[in-house]
Amino acid sequence: MKVKNFLLPQFKDKFENFLFIVPAVAIFSVFYIYPFFDIFRLSLHEWNGISPYREFVGLANFKELMQDKVWWDSIRNAGFITLVALTFQNALALALALACDREIRLKRFYRVVFFIPPVLSEIVVGLIWQWILYAGKQNGEYIGLLNYFLYKSGLPHLVNNWLSNPDTVLACIAIVHSWKGFGWGFIMLLAGLQTIDRQLYEAAKVDGAGSWNIFRNVTMPMMLPVIVVVMILTILGSMQVFVLILSMVGQGLVYHTEVPVTRILLSMTGTNQFGYACAQGVVFGMLLVAVSFALKKLSNKMKQES
Amino acid sequence: MKKFSVVVLCAFLFFGCAQKKQDENKIVIWHWMTDRQKAFEVLAEKYKEQTGITVVFELYALSDIYSQKIIAAAQAKVLPDIFGILDKKSIIASFIESGFVVDLSEEFHKDNNAWLNDLFPKALAVNQFEEGNPYNIKAGIYGVPIDVTNIQMLYNRKLLKKAGIDAPPNTMEEFFKATDALNRIGIPGLVSGWGELWMVDCFASNYAFNIMGEEKIMDTFRGKFPYTDPDWIKVFTVFKDLKEKNALAEGIVTKSNKFAEQDFALERAAFAFNGSWCVNVYHEMNPNLDYGAMLPPSVNADLPMKIWGGAGSSFVVNAGSAVQDKSIAFLKWLTAKDQQVFLAETTKNLPSNKQALASIPPVLADFAKAMDNTTHRMIWALNEDPLVVDVFDRGLQAIMIGEKTPEEVAQEVQQVKERQMEKSKR
Repeated sequence: MKVKNFLLPQFKDKFENFLFIVPAVAIFSVFYIYPFFDIFRLSLHEWNGISPYREFVGLANFKELMQDKVWWDSIRNAGFITLVALTFQNALALALALACDREIRLKRFYRVVFFIPPVLSEIVVGLIWQWILYAGKQNGEYIGLLNYFLYKSGLPHLVNNWLSNPDTVLACIAIVHSWKGFGWGFIMLLAGLQTIDRQLYEAAKVDGAGSWNIFRNVTMPMMLPVIVVVMILTILGSMQVFVLILSMVGQGLVYHTEVPVTRILLSMTGTNQFGYACAQGVVFGMLLVAVSFALKKLSNKMKQES
Repeated sequence: MKKFSVVVLCAFLFFGCAQKKQDENKIVIWHWMTDRQKAFEVLAEKYKEQTGITVVFELYALSDIYSQKIIAAAQAKVLPDIFGILDKKSIIASFIESGFVVDLSEEFHKDNNAWLNDLFPKALAVNQFEEGNPYNIKAGIYGVPIDVTNIQMLYNRKLLKKAGIDAPPNTMEEFFKATDALNRIGIPGLVSGWGELWMVDCFASNYAFNIMGEEKIMDTFRGKFPYTDPDWIKVFTVFKDLKEKNALAEGIVTKSNKFAEQDFALERAAFAFNGSWCVNVYHEMNPNLDYGAMLPPSVNADLPMKIWGGAGSSFVVNAGSAVQDKSIAFLKWLTAKDQQVFLAETTKNLPSNKQALASIPPVLADFAKAMDNTTHRMIWALNEDPLVVDVFDRGLQAIMIGEKTPEEVAQEVQQVKERQMEKSKR
């Protein structure tokens, strides 16, 4: 009786508390857990997305994927965009964050301006850049802003068919993607810089350290966790780029602008191979998880060493 | 307080998950036609006044996005009362097989085929499954065409005149002479939305029909002829010639159709390859544009030039709809003469109702004249494997940017074709 009296209120308490997290758990289960397992299940089937019949094919979709040259080329293309983002985008973000961390005029204005590109719609950004990189002429004048300025600046040899040239199209997409994305890195790096105790900088200056030494020995070690997070988010975001590609080059230029997500989209809606699309999704997801884990391990190692 | 909160939470969960009962005097239609939303809303208002039934048109553009939404809705079993299926015949067959689409044959044959006789046969053909079709679907009519369309070439009269060309070209040789003359005065030749692969596929299939005829094309799909056949090399060579003779506008390979329409409307190119829906689009962009429609210039005088055409947009009725009969009645009303005349006049699309043809603008009449030359992949005996089509279309892009030769592309396409045929045998 005493035990019962003790347990019942505790159980009631826990049950009531549990009831409050049920909506969040339900939503998470429905939109994340269930689809996660269902995609694995579908990847073992051949299905056109509509038919009531799904044929179990085991690992055939994965086998086909391993031999799909275009798929691996698409991963390489996404890797190129990610590399440009990791270097150019994040270097720019860090440089601007360092600049805005100082006491400069219009600091707040710059913070707002630098954060505008990330909040713009990717479709709008893609369409605007498509117009800027437009190769056509009217009445002898270049219509696209870039070619117009190159021509007027006495650099006609640099005029190019930017989005229809296989040598330049992917680089253009990577640069536009970096332009759009640097604002996120900028905000996170700036926030990281502002958490560094100013006394550390003062102590370093008292010890006679120059700007470069301060940056190398104070700023970078303190910023390492933030930089790793920014890198992981950059990789995850850049590897999944596709909206910008669709708005800049439509269904792409041959296979030069194919990335994993566009291949998955093609499998789903173009060739109606839902099972194959799920297999692509599983492999792609595992790749991203592996890269994230590797980066985290590397950062832990670097933290220990520093 | 805690107990009260728990009760409120449980009630919220229960009622939040409960399904809404459908209003029996409301029809929901999902569509993708950005240029027609206003016209549809006017018609919906008119229908409500006449019958008391509310019709809600929900627009989901672009057509790619719309297709994905329809498939997702079908999987979740939340399709609206009326919708369109912008996909291959095999997918339409899957929709029918899965019980999502009503067989409208009985309705079309009622009252001595009254509804059937009102509409263009070519428009209905696209929505029909014949006896013995390869999809094992019961023969019948499953969709209602609300307009007809075809895809041709357009020419700018003013720009051609400027280049000293009096009449639009009929043959490819004449076309190259025209683009040569245009290039000399700085006017690009042909523009089209070939960043949308289906458009370059459409252009290619026009020439496939002109070069080898329908039977050989179908036999290629069956695997009887390889894509390395000389006739297919001729098809690929059309694109090589277009590139080498500078007949194409810059950037055509990655251009969306919207931008291509803008280029032609703003007179940045003398020729365009586009569908009859462009009449409304060009009118909005440049009402003074002086242009006409023509068949793509032929390469083979022995076979006709076939263009894609038939039903432009079609609607199907959801077999799971609670207002099925009312939905069918609305579609009958929508395709009746008065409504079709209104749609043709306001949206400048070709009507699906024969009696509404008298009210179309002159340039649309140019399009209507070519309806006898139309064909459509939805009425072909069978369609090519979509992966083969993708490799084919990207191969054409590679030819146009000078990356590959026709022979190389033919080899690649044939390799994929053989792989897919092997897969389907398993």
